[in-house]
Amino acid sequence: MATDAAGLGRGRAAAFVAPALLLIAAFLVFPALWTVYLGATDYQLTGLAAADPQVTGLDNVERALDEEEFTHSLGLTLQFVIGSAVLGQAVLGFAIAWLLRERGGALRRLVEGLVLLAWILPSSVVAFLWIALLDRDDGTLNSLLGTPGTAWLVEHPMASIIVFNIWRGTAFSMMLYAAALGTVSPTQLETARLAGASGWQQLRDVVFPAIRGHILTNLLLISLWTFNDFTPFLLTNGGPGDETEMIPVFIYKTAIFDGELGYGAALSVLMLLINLVIALVYVRLLRRRDRAPKRTAEVVKSP
Amino acid sequence: MSAIDLVRLSKVYPGGVTALDGVELAIADGEFFALLGPSGCGKTTLLRTIAGLEEATGGAVLIGGDDVTALPPGRRDVAMVFQDYALFPHMTVTDNIAYPLRIRQVGGAERRAKAAGTAGELGLDALLERRPAQLSGGQQQRVALARAMACHPRAFLLDEPLSNLDARMRLEARTFLKRLQRELRITCVFVTHDQAEALALADRVAGMEDGRVRQVGTPAEVFRRPANTFVASFIGSTPMNLLEGEVREGGRVAVGPAEVPGGPGAGALAPGDPVVYGVRPEYLTYAGEPTGGAFSGEVTVVENLGSAQLVTLDGESGSIQVVVDEDTEVAPGTAAWAVPRPDRVLLYRDGALVP
Amino acid sequence: MSPRRFLAVIGRYTLICLLLAFFSLPLLWLAFAPFDRAPGVAASLPSFTLDNFRELLDNENALRSLRNSLVLAAGTGAIVVTLAALAAYALSRVRLPGRDALLYALLLLSSIVTGTAAMVPLFNLAYELDLIDSQLGVILVLSGGLLPSAVFILKDFTDATPRSYEESARVFGASPLQIVRHIVVPLIRPGLATIAVWSVAQVWGNFLIPFLLLRSPEKSPAAVVMYTFYTEGGQPDLALISTFSLLYSLPVVAMFLFVSSRYGFRFHGGIKH
Repeated sequence: MATDAAGLGRGRAAAFVAPALLLIAAFLVFPALWTVYLGATDYQLTGLAAADPQVTGLDNVERALDEEEFTHSLGLTLQFVIGSAVLGQAVLGFAIAWLLRERGGALRRLVEGLVLLAWILPSSVVAFLWIALLDRDDGTLNSLLGTPGTAWLVEHPMASIIVFNIWRGTAFSMMLYAAALGTVSPTQLETARLAGASGWQQLRDVVFPAIRGHILTNLLLISLWTFNDFTPFLLTNGGPGDETEMIPVFIYKTAIFDGELGYGAALSVLMLLINLVIALVYVRLLRRRDRAPKRTAEVVKSP
Repeated sequence: MSAIDLVRLSKVYPGGVTALDGVELAIADGEFFALLGPSGCGKTTLLRTIAGLEEATGGAVLIGGDDVTALPPGRRDVAMVFQDYALFPHMTVTDNIAYPLRIRQVGGAERRAKAAGTAGELGLDALLERRPAQLSGGQQQRVALARAMACHPRAFLLDEPLSNLDARMRLEARTFLKRLQRELRITCVFVTHDQAEALALADRVAGMEDGRVRQVGTPAEVFRRPANTFVASFIGSTPMNLLEGEVREGGRVAVGPAEVPGGPGAGALAPGDPVVYGVRPEYLTYAGEPTGGAFSGEVTVVENLGSAQLVTLDGESGSIQVVVDEDTEVAPGTAAWAVPRPDRVLLYRDGALVP
Repeated sequence: MSPRRFLAVIGRYTLICLLLAFFSLPLLWLAFAPFDRAPGVAASLPSFTLDNFRELLDNENALRSLRNSLVLAAGTGAIVVTLAALAAYALSRVRLPGRDALLYALLLLSSIVTGTAAMVPLFNLAYELDLIDSQLGVILVLSGGLLPSAVFILKDFTDATPRSYEESARVFGASPLQIVRHIVVPLIRPGLATIAVWSVAQVWGNFLIPFLLLRSPEKSPAAVVMYTFYTEGGQPDLALISTFSLLYSLPVVAMFLFVSSRYGFRFHGGIKH
């Protein structure tokens, strides 16, 4: 029923919605559109082009695709997203949820608490925790592994931030999968077990088909977030050299640091397009679930 | 005066669905009035239109002689008790009961005192500080009633007042509700899909179908003389037997091979007229031996109703149900006869009762 | 117990121990260093002292940055909760034309237009509006980004509350604003609290937007100021950093515990980012 229970009326309803829409329009919609315009100019923060930017069409996009730097950066980003999110967080998150699924009590709370803590601490803090952990001289990792003098962030920068991001973001996947596992019918699992299915066969034949929607949701969301994550910058500053200069850092350095706003905006447009593709798939999923009688994955409750 | 008059009231939803189709009703001051019908018949829409929660698309609602059709719900001076009681879960019993007074800007101390008074009348004294979630279904209903009473409205509107209670509580609440209405002498309109509830509670009942009122009358009237086959099939805890037949000479009606008394309506009809023959299972007498002027058939189902049994006979006249007292032995598979009580037989022509 | 099953149990516990080690290792330093008389970067049991906290409380710079974080978080939280609640309620109860399309478009937009992807126009916009180096600018930009998800989640909460409460109040003569105040707000309080905590946590930990839009250290929040602690050459002051980190992290952890104990931890897709 779409009746107006409180007798608000359309006029008042519009007035209720307006302030939020205004703010969203000004600081979300408008910047997005402006990016597209700026991306087609040679706008600079300072100098001649700052006063009188010229429209240069697709020049910026062409430049990006031609330039070694951009493709290099895109490749790094891809490594980061696939390594830390799709493989790392999703697999580890599922593993933890599966290991803890029938467990209650202190051990479960301890594991979940630690995983969650890594997720909720401010990024500046966790960045420093990892800098301390990976420190060349006195870092805990080096003393633990007996590898004094290994500068992890310099010698293996990409691997370091991938492991860092797995540590940082696994909580979301863990909680989503824990909730998803709760929806798997126990009788189906028991039927499989009675039929003599091994653990792996139970996963393959009963669990994965049942939580396919959750898996897709999870992969899309964590990919999107990891792709847009700026935290690695706090660990490596994009370095050494450009070895961890992923798209967000690349845009920051180009646009804000070097002042090439037009080119930076064009890069942003490319980033927005990639985001759009991921998000469109996700929203389609969400809408399909919306039409189904119950919403589950989008509003999940941890047990 | 707080009579409620509905004048050719219509409600058509934007999609083109007609929920109310020219409803005419005159509910007297102090009357306990039931709107009865199956789900989707428009009874709840009618109640909500009286309350002002739905806007009528045609006709008028008059309360106490004032045309309130254009007034918002809060200005109609009626109180409504919802099916789920709609007690505010974050407020105590006192705050719930006092809420209408809070809206009328009665001071805090005064409204608490008044709420406590009303609660006392309904035996809720011990529960004043509880939250709705800590109350039983019956207590919740009393709180909802107390809240409705607190603002001394001109009329009560109750939406399925007993449906949220379990079977045992329902009977208790029914008696309580009727006594309360008698004491308050307040006009009270309630919606129900349960005919037994309507008959037990109401002074008068309106049977509704497809947005129209099909019959208005006292419980005795609608039970004894349903004005049409719709009401006839809807009223009564065991549905009325309705059988196709044809009028014969001498005020008798042929139903299949059986020729049975046509009752008071038969005189107005000519032999050969097609009719629907209506007789309640309670007004059929069971016989184990062949009897004249009776339906015959084989006993196929016997349902125990406690102090009586409901017996289904399948014969050439159709399937007929008879209420049989508990002492009579009835065995499935045997032949049996059912004799109608002539003064309780009803004849329907084109769906309407032949007077 | 069969040997195979025994091995499985051993394997499972080994795995859990490895997990515990992996997730706790980086946190150890945060637990020990603040209480150490002379902390190094290695996590080690401290020679216990509370001096570091005393020193921190004398450090005007650090305290100011926490105050700035508080201003930004409280400001954004207030705006997001108020505006999102009003919008979500109206959208839930009144059928405005194109409502569903609008909601999904907004949700889509808010997940696409992240601070990272839109940093250039956001910087420009702030520049044009003279909001560079202004805390208001940071608050507005962050609010705009958080609002769509907040509206979406709160609409879920309002959709889940029965309409009969509001109708009941309406029959008693309550005005729409009274209904919102007396009935709707208390009913969706868990949702409001969730959104409040969520947006405060978002802002509290956000590095990029204030880093981008604020110039003067006097206005910068803890996230940004902390970053300067260890990048401005010379020896980092480990005692300060560790103590500050702990103090700066505590509110988030406390809020998180509060929400999960009070309302059961309920999270929505996108609640974190």
